[in-house]
Amino acid sequence: MRPKTARLGGVLAAGVALTLGLAACGNGGSEDKPSGGDPSAAAPAGGTVKIGFMGDLTGPSAGIVIPPWNGANLVINEYNKTNPPVKIELVKYDSQGDASKAVALAQQAIKNDKIVGLIGPAFSGESAQVAPVLEEAEIPSITASATNTKLAENGWKFWHRLLPNDSVQGPGVADFIAGAAGAKNVFVIDDKSEYGKPLADAVRTQLGTKGVKLTNDSLDPSESDFSSVVNKVAAAKPDAVFFGGYYAAGGNLLKQLRDKGVKDAKFFSGDGSLDKGLIESAGKDNAEGALIGCPCYLATPDVTDAKVKGFAEAYKAAFNADPAIYAAEGYDAATVFTEAVKAGNTTTDKINEFLKTIDLAGVSKQVKFAENGEVEAKDIYIYQVKDGAITLLGKATEAKLG
Amino acid sequence: MLNDFVNQFWPATIDGLAFGSIYALIALGYTMVYGVLRLINFAHSEVFMIGTFGAMFVPFALGVSEPLTGLALVGVILLMIVAGTLASAGTAVALEQIAYRPLRKRGASRLAALISAIGASIFLQELFALLVIPNVFNRPEKGRIQMGLPRLMEKSELFSIFGHSVRVDQVLVIVAAVGMMIALDALVNRTKIGRGIRATAQNPEAAVLMGVDINKIVRMTFLIGGGMAGVAGALYLISYENTYYYIGFLFGIKAFTAAVLGGIGNLRGALVGGVALGLVENYGAIFAGSDWKHVISFSILVLVLMFRPTGILGESLQQARA
Repeated sequence: MRPKTARLGGVLAAGVALTLGLAACGNGGSEDKPSGGDPSAAAPAGGTVKIGFMGDLTGPSAGIVIPPWNGANLVINEYNKTNPPVKIELVKYDSQGDASKAVALAQQAIKNDKIVGLIGPAFSGESAQVAPVLEEAEIPSITASATNTKLAENGWKFWHRLLPNDSVQGPGVADFIAGAAGAKNVFVIDDKSEYGKPLADAVRTQLGTKGVKLTNDSLDPSESDFSSVVNKVAAAKPDAVFFGGYYAAGGNLLKQLRDKGVKDAKFFSGDGSLDKGLIESAGKDNAEGALIGCPCYLATPDVTDAKVKGFAEAYKAAFNADPAIYAAEGYDAATVFTEAVKAGNTTTDKINEFLKTIDLAGVSKQVKFAENGEVEAKDIYIYQVKDGAITLLGKATEAKLG
Repeated sequence: MLNDFVNQFWPATIDGLAFGSIYALIALGYTMVYGVLRLINFAHSEVFMIGTFGAMFVPFALGVSEPLTGLALVGVILLMIVAGTLASAGTAVALEQIAYRPLRKRGASRLAALISAIGASIFLQELFALLVIPNVFNRPEKGRIQMGLPRLMEKSELFSIFGHSVRVDQVLVIVAAVGMMIALDALVNRTKIGRGIRATAQNPEAAVLMGVDINKIVRMTFLIGGGMAGVAGALYLISYENTYYYIGFLFGIKAFTAAVLGGIGNLRGALVGGVALGLVENYGAIFAGSDWKHVISFSILVLVLMFRPTGILGESLQQARA
């Protein structure tokens, strides 16, 4: 029954999107006429180019997509204030993390909005669906958060990723669990998603090589009762639990674990759980001490690097919040596109050529893309929840537990 | 394997009973409406969702942020159950008035009512995601994000079975659900309204001839079924401490399954079906892993229906036209 509803919703949404798209088209046409511009020109020279931003901006995991959206906005607003010859308009595509919605939005972005580049899609599942569409239309994209390893294995020429993938993150976190955290008996849980499962598998494989005792289970993140998983964990008595999945389910899982009396096992998770939402849904006391790995760099308040500090202050001034997960990566992705436009590249293939040559000192890292679109810097960071706030512990290879 | 089962049997039983009780309370709404109107009210999942938010409103409005004790705790919990029940019962009655009654009056087919139910379901979800949650609960731009309930009562151990602790919130859920079931059973079997409901379920035409006001009976059915979903919503919220606009989805499917498993149209069947489903899910997860939980419970549903097409306790389905 409900799948039908969902499909019905999808059809409706597509219909609405189409209608809106047509309406937007109509407006564009009528605005063009007085200015006398050639209506067939895709990207008017000396006008405005459109860069898209796609991700879950109002859906269940919006907490990890709004910060990069803010970061990107910061760059584009700064850039447009300098009154450049070619302005950039950042167009928002709210996919709610749903791959079918994302594809419909991508088509709208290509056909109606004629974007010349895309930041996103934010998640791996939607990226796998949207990237082929962009590839066919030859539109360069940079994702600031999708970490599934396989995305880079498709030979895509227009796809880029601004952070290391799960095959780097998983082993990095696993080494930390078995090394600095000294765990001998680990329970690994995944949420069966395109992101969570491969990440958890990478952790399992790496822990296996360290002679750690492993127990496994999966959960369904759309549920709210994880008692069957929790009972298994309680029976296995592990000294560490790793969860591969997003923060909404992660927080509930952590709370139910602690409520069931699993109090001593250290709780680990990956970048999908690096959000205050984890602390909110687990409760402050339950979340205390939770450890989260991330290929991302969070500008925490105690940072000293002048460039990062400047970014953190500008972000705080604009959005009244400290930069959260992927804010720096979103900022860097938008910077890459503005650099491309600044250098006089306003068409999709010129921008894509520019991305191949870029070597830029960004806020999160040195931005330089390899042939397959992956960024060359490979650092994984470990964060810890202390007094209800997420703090940086250090690089996974160097961090120590206090 | 067997060792796992022995180790996890008691915690799985307690969790299964607690969750099954919630399924059972929601299943009552499906089964009562089906019994009287031969209609599957697919918007009932949203009635449950609205119940959780109704209950959420009490601690939100009172500004509760720390665990309570004693009379204050009892008072807040009772208020939450009342608020959840009112919100859900009100929604259910409004649904009947707006989405079903006009169709029934014009003699539209049951399929039309089904479409109306699906439409109402989407409408209510989006109403909450776009308007109610952002405005009433002051969460702008967070309409689709899970909303947590601050901890109301310390989840302390009440007693233990073979070394596995049973928490006070689990006992509350089970006891409250069973209490509601007994009260409902008495209402349907002993009161005048109950007689009207039973008469309408057996033969609507004859019931009219005997002076039963069908519209009133249908409204009462939605009111009671909705109220039960509201109690379920409040109990769920107290125990699991979170909700969101789409929470009715899985609960709706599961409760509908429970109703069919127990025998749709049969009130005691809803209780049996709900508890059986809750237990089977948790036992199945021990053997096959939690990702197989739904596969196992739905396989059992199919098996039961193959050998007992009317469900475990069912009889009503035979009387009804299939």
